[in-house]
Amino acid sequence: MFESISAVTNSAGYLLGGVGVTLVLVGLSLLIGFVCGIILTLGQVYGPRFARWFVGVYVWFFRGLPNIVLLFLFYFALFPFVGLDIPAFGVAVVVLGLRSAAYQSQIFRGAIQSLSEGQMVAARSLGMTKWQAIRSIILPQSLRLSLPGWANEYPVLLTDSSVAYVIGVAELLTRTSQVISRTGEPMILYLTCAVVFILLNYGGMMIIQHVEKKVRIPGFGNNEAECL
Amino acid sequence: MADIINATGAAGGLGGFFQSIAESIMTQIPFWQDVLLPALWDGLWVTMQLVVMTAPLGFLFGLLVAVSRVYGSTPVKWLAKLYVIFFRGCPPLVLLFILYFGLPSVGIVLGSFMSALVGFILCNSAYNSEYLRGALQSIKRGQLLAARSLGMTKMQGVLYVVVPQALRRALPGVSNEFIYLIKYSSLAYVVAVIELTGAAKIIASKYFMYFEAFAAVGIFYLVIVTIATIGIHWIEKKYAIPGVSGSVGKVSKGN
Amino acid sequence: MSDVPILKVENLCKSYGDLEVLKSVSFEIHKGEKKVFVGPSGTGKSTLLRCINRLTTPDSEFVYLNGEEIIHSGKKINGYRQKMGMVFQNFNLFDHLTAIRNVELALLKVKKLDKAAARKKAMYELEQVGMADRADFYPAQLSGGQAQRVSIARALAMDPEVMLFDEPTSALDPELKREVMEVMRKLADRGMTCIVVTHEMKFATSFATEIYLMEKGEIVEHGPPSEIPTSPGFVKTRAFMGSYVEE
Repeated sequence: MFESISAVTNSAGYLLGGVGVTLVLVGLSLLIGFVCGIILTLGQVYGPRFARWFVGVYVWFFRGLPNIVLLFLFYFALFPFVGLDIPAFGVAVVVLGLRSAAYQSQIFRGAIQSLSEGQMVAARSLGMTKWQAIRSIILPQSLRLSLPGWANEYPVLLTDSSVAYVIGVAELLTRTSQVISRTGEPMILYLTCAVVFILLNYGGMMIIQHVEKKVRIPGFGNNEAECL
Repeated sequence: MADIINATGAAGGLGGFFQSIAESIMTQIPFWQDVLLPALWDGLWVTMQLVVMTAPLGFLFGLLVAVSRVYGSTPVKWLAKLYVIFFRGCPPLVLLFILYFGLPSVGIVLGSFMSALVGFILCNSAYNSEYLRGALQSIKRGQLLAARSLGMTKMQGVLYVVVPQALRRALPGVSNEFIYLIKYSSLAYVVAVIELTGAAKIIASKYFMYFEAFAAVGIFYLVIVTIATIGIHWIEKKYAIPGVSGSVGKVSKGN
Repeated sequence: MSDVPILKVENLCKSYGDLEVLKSVSFEIHKGEKKVFVGPSGTGKSTLLRCINRLTTPDSEFVYLNGEEIIHSGKKINGYRQKMGMVFQNFNLFDHLTAIRNVELALLKVKKLDKAAARKKAMYELEQVGMADRADFYPAQLSGGQAQRVSIARALAMDPEVMLFDEPTSALDPELKREVMEVMRKLADRGMTCIVVTHEMKFATSFATEIYLMEKGEIVEHGPPSEIPTSPGFVKTRAFMGSYVEE
């Protein structure tokens, strides 16, 4: 029993590094998902028919495939096929990010479409161009409306990040496995790993809910993020 | 004249391009026929087993946990809440590792299929319980009140009046979770279950046909997920009751 | 009329924290009597009814059904509830069941009748309230008046000894109130013992054998319909009842 605990504490530094990698992975994926998600949404809501079709296919593709298949596809097939040699971490960021974009785009779309048409009409009648209206009226409101749905992406990406194990990204789960192969004690270490994920999950959610409270527009929509 | 020669040359070049594609397709067909597709069908069969066994159990346990959280005594409520916090916050892959690698070290050996199955049931039930809990709580208090005023016990009221309505409200969320289950069943590969993804990876590594194998398995999943989605819409329509439906807040999850 | 009152309420009290909703209410009702409780909103009338069948647990004292004490009876309360039919302001029909199934459910699960017997009884009760032709409709497809009639049928199907009506017409549009009041009158004519909580003064005066005036959780006055509307206590309270007084 004593050895088990020391097994954990000795590797603590290495595992903590894994936590860092995980968080960076999640953060970058969220960002890519955010930027690409907005582009997809704008294309879907305001774009020509071809754009709507493309986004539809994109969302269908990235929502229909398991993470592990996407990772394998990009890491072993797509990138080598086009001649790119991207390290596992990069592939994971790209894959998780693009996938997150698919989900986030639908959240944004729901938010934009729930804003009454009157917003756009009012803006245009004041002389704004379509793009000005989108930038200063539609986007700020829909972004705030999206926060609760968007907040759901964090735990999703956090859970997804562990799948990066299969292409060898040195995040928390991978490192935990490595430590176990060196020192044994799979039960204790994997349980610890699970607890760390759970803590990151709820800690992150609390932060997001805190932020959400601060940016809430009084009396506007139903702004509660799902919580346990 | 020069234009015609150029055009012919281009056509020749183009023809050559198509010819080489045709050639590679021809050489690939036997590979697909004799090696890849059979392996994927076998893998699909295993995936189906995992999904079909997990879904009902994951649902039932989820319902049990949800009812405990809404109607249970305080210690029961706490236990149920702990269950949900753990099995929702823990990534499925980590849970599978705990079951497959961790348990043997304390003397319980489940084997790969059982580890995957148990892990998926635990995960699925935790997520389902959240949808079901929301649905149970959304049913008007008056419903249970009326049931009890007629002489039914609390449990009878919950069972015959609240739950049937809650099930319809939870259907969108629970069926959403079913789709996720189909997708995260692919994780079973990591604990040595040769399901669909595992089969693809093995073929890919063995024959260095990564692109073909993963493209094929990708198509398989897309088709399965699309069929499942259509099936779910059909079920939702079939069991709708005027005045009892609509979804309760969705908790999205990906894998 | 037997000597033992069907229902006897003795010193019923209920508080929510500092708020005393019911302050020592006592009364009794004999078979065939119809007692109507009126008064401004928030005077604890609904709470009174719910304490009687223990849907809300009173803080103290006793309710006797046919001479048997029921508040402290533990699980046997379910049996007692069958003898007290309750009709709610918001109908509380089971939304996922058709009208006939609403009436049948308790017959099947609580009285444990077999399917044929339950269906027969349920159809009979629906006919009595004039809803037999809508037996296969869902609550969402019924008007307010129709839904309330079904809920009366549902309560009656259990063959209660006393019916408790909690503001049965408050949630209904004026045109729809009549059909429900008709059904209640028919019920009264058949000799059902009724306790009604309502705002409808005109209905109260024509329906009741005795009217109880409640204010701030207490019974301040009671008497036959001929006396009450002109009694001093009532005239004083009338001011608070605003538009609820006189149809």
